[in-house]
Amino acid sequence: MSILVNKQTRVLTQGITGATGQFHTKACKDYGTQMVGGVTPGKGGTSYEGIPIFDTVERAVKETGANATVIYVPPPFAADAILEAADAGIPLIICITEGVPVRDMVKVKRYLAGRSSQLLGPNCPGTITPGECKIGIMPGHIHRPGTIGVVSRSGTLTYEAVDQLTRLGLGQSTCVGIGGDPVHGFEFVDVLEMFNQDAGTEAVVMIGEIGGSAEEEAAAWIEARMKKPVVGFIAGQTAPPGKRMGHAGAIISGGKGTAKEKIEAMKKAGIRMASSPATIGRTVQEALGK
Amino acid sequence: MNIHEFQAKEILKRFGVAVPRGIVASTPGEAKVAAVELGGGVCVVKAQIHAGGRGKGGGVKVVKSGEEAAEKAREMLGKKLVTHQTGPEGREVRRVLVEQGLNIERELYLAMVLDRAQSRVAVICSSEGGVEIEEVAAHHPEKILKEIIDPVIGLAGFQCRRLAYALGVPAELAGKMTGVMQGLYRAFEECDASLAEINPLILTKEGQVMALDAKMNFDSNAFFRQKEIVALRDLNEEDPREVEASKYDLSYISLDGNIACMVNGAGLAMATMDIIKLYGGEPANFLDVGGGANKEKVAQAFRILLADPRVRGVLINIFGGIMRCDVLAQGVVEAARELKINVPLVVRMQGTNVEIGKKILADSGLTIISAETMAEAAEKIVNAIKN
Repeated sequence: MSILVNKQTRVLTQGITGATGQFHTKACKDYGTQMVGGVTPGKGGTSYEGIPIFDTVERAVKETGANATVIYVPPPFAADAILEAADAGIPLIICITEGVPVRDMVKVKRYLAGRSSQLLGPNCPGTITPGECKIGIMPGHIHRPGTIGVVSRSGTLTYEAVDQLTRLGLGQSTCVGIGGDPVHGFEFVDVLEMFNQDAGTEAVVMIGEIGGSAEEEAAAWIEARMKKPVVGFIAGQTAPPGKRMGHAGAIISGGKGTAKEKIEAMKKAGIRMASSPATIGRTVQEALGK
Repeated sequence: MNIHEFQAKEILKRFGVAVPRGIVASTPGEAKVAAVELGGGVCVVKAQIHAGGRGKGGGVKVVKSGEEAAEKAREMLGKKLVTHQTGPEGREVRRVLVEQGLNIERELYLAMVLDRAQSRVAVICSSEGGVEIEEVAAHHPEKILKEIIDPVIGLAGFQCRRLAYALGVPAELAGKMTGVMQGLYRAFEECDASLAEINPLILTKEGQVMALDAKMNFDSNAFFRQKEIVALRDLNEEDPREVEASKYDLSYISLDGNIACMVNGAGLAMATMDIIKLYGGEPANFLDVGGGANKEKVAQAFRILLADPRVRGVLINIFGGIMRCDVLAQGVVEAARELKINVPLVVRMQGTNVEIGKKILADSGLTIISAETMAEAAEKIVNAIKN
């Protein structure tokens, strides 16, 4: 079992003719993901790696029966790509693009309200159900099928955590990167709720970072609802205030959004916090009593 | 990105927000001429640096004549102004803003910010103007008022009136207040700001509503469509290493420690800083070389790290996903050959093509301490700089 994506997921790539889109579409296809179509306006009728390309998402959905889409289009056009996917009624939209203006995302979220589509990202690595379906830019080979759910605001730090889990023999049910931007789709709470319901997930790793209050909100939710053990880590304990630490959303502003506040809130909610990024895997092992 | 007060006021003026008459001066002579041009009466001379707390630091002075304006400008220009936001090293004042004096009746606070939890822009205001909003939030949270803005509708008139009445603004000024709020929101939107703050927003004895101070920050993700805003960037206000890094699209932040680090990915970069600290060291910087860095970019990053005279050791931590370890290794070797490295270098690589990467480093003849895990890497660099 898993959440969000599995063997049945049929995936489109928006921006399939760009270098990034091509590279990762091929990598995902090689992993075993059903890459059923691509979209690049003006390139309809051509194909890439045997995957048919369409001019519009609407057409691509009609022809391929896609139920998920991944977006690699450049930042100025990324918001429009999300809108197009939502308009076509695709249930799961994953936006990998980094650098989408906040103003665009505020409008996108307003547009998505009340629609059936759900958004993951932007500025995220995507999601993977090991052995079944990989959508995004994470290295597939470090993952193993298993029962640990992973949800994170980071990319490479998630790979680090997954690698630790895999080396300890702890496979993953699904890994979800919610992204590093201040305005994005799925929040921690949305993903935690899915893991809570998923019979295939035994425990969850939640990796947060400085900025905003999503970790505090997740901690409150976990305290009230979560039935499974949660292990946490917060990056940026040494980050100075007022500086954007790479991710647009990773900034301590007005004294708010510090790692200390988040760690305290998470500990209070009963989350086992890994004190070092090198001990995330081991902390999961302890939480499972293994 | 930040801009100066006088630049923010020019933007606000374009959006119909009233600001005091003012003239920018970069010499005492210009300050004198400015004061005379403004009528020769009471003026305010304000140091232009990208930091708050200027008043307390001596960077805002009330003067009564052109001579006095010149004198105060002389005291400020070319000097380092230290405020609680600049750090002890202060910032050099290169320009002053000379403004007309005003008869202040009340000082309010007004700002547009992103409300992350709501994914919308919020207007924040308070009857407590002229003090830092964090102070008000800490001691009088009830005095902070907020309205969430629907991006399709914009800031509605009724929301502005609700705020104006709650602030106790006289009924006859509610219309002007609405104009200021809507103007500030339009400026925020159209310029892709991440913060637009007027503190204080003043009501004058003559019944004007004016921005006495203004601060704007911008979303760098939107720079592709904000050429005019990008032109306002003042490189003198930024850390020279951060400026250099930004030329190569590297995300670099200067810190106070002595262990430089180079990492791919923002989260892993922060976690690497944290683990250095955990093992008793102090990180000299945050540096994310990005997901798809090529060897030139890695070499550039290495040059920037080593240009910092405080650096006593370097830790490279790469988890190769898209980025391949062999590419990283080539970049490191290239930079190391060209620059003389006389500090310990610890490299930890994992992921794509790690074996080829390790071989490149081993064959290079460079003295490199290698580590398998993040913990081992942190421990090794901290120990290496002790010796």
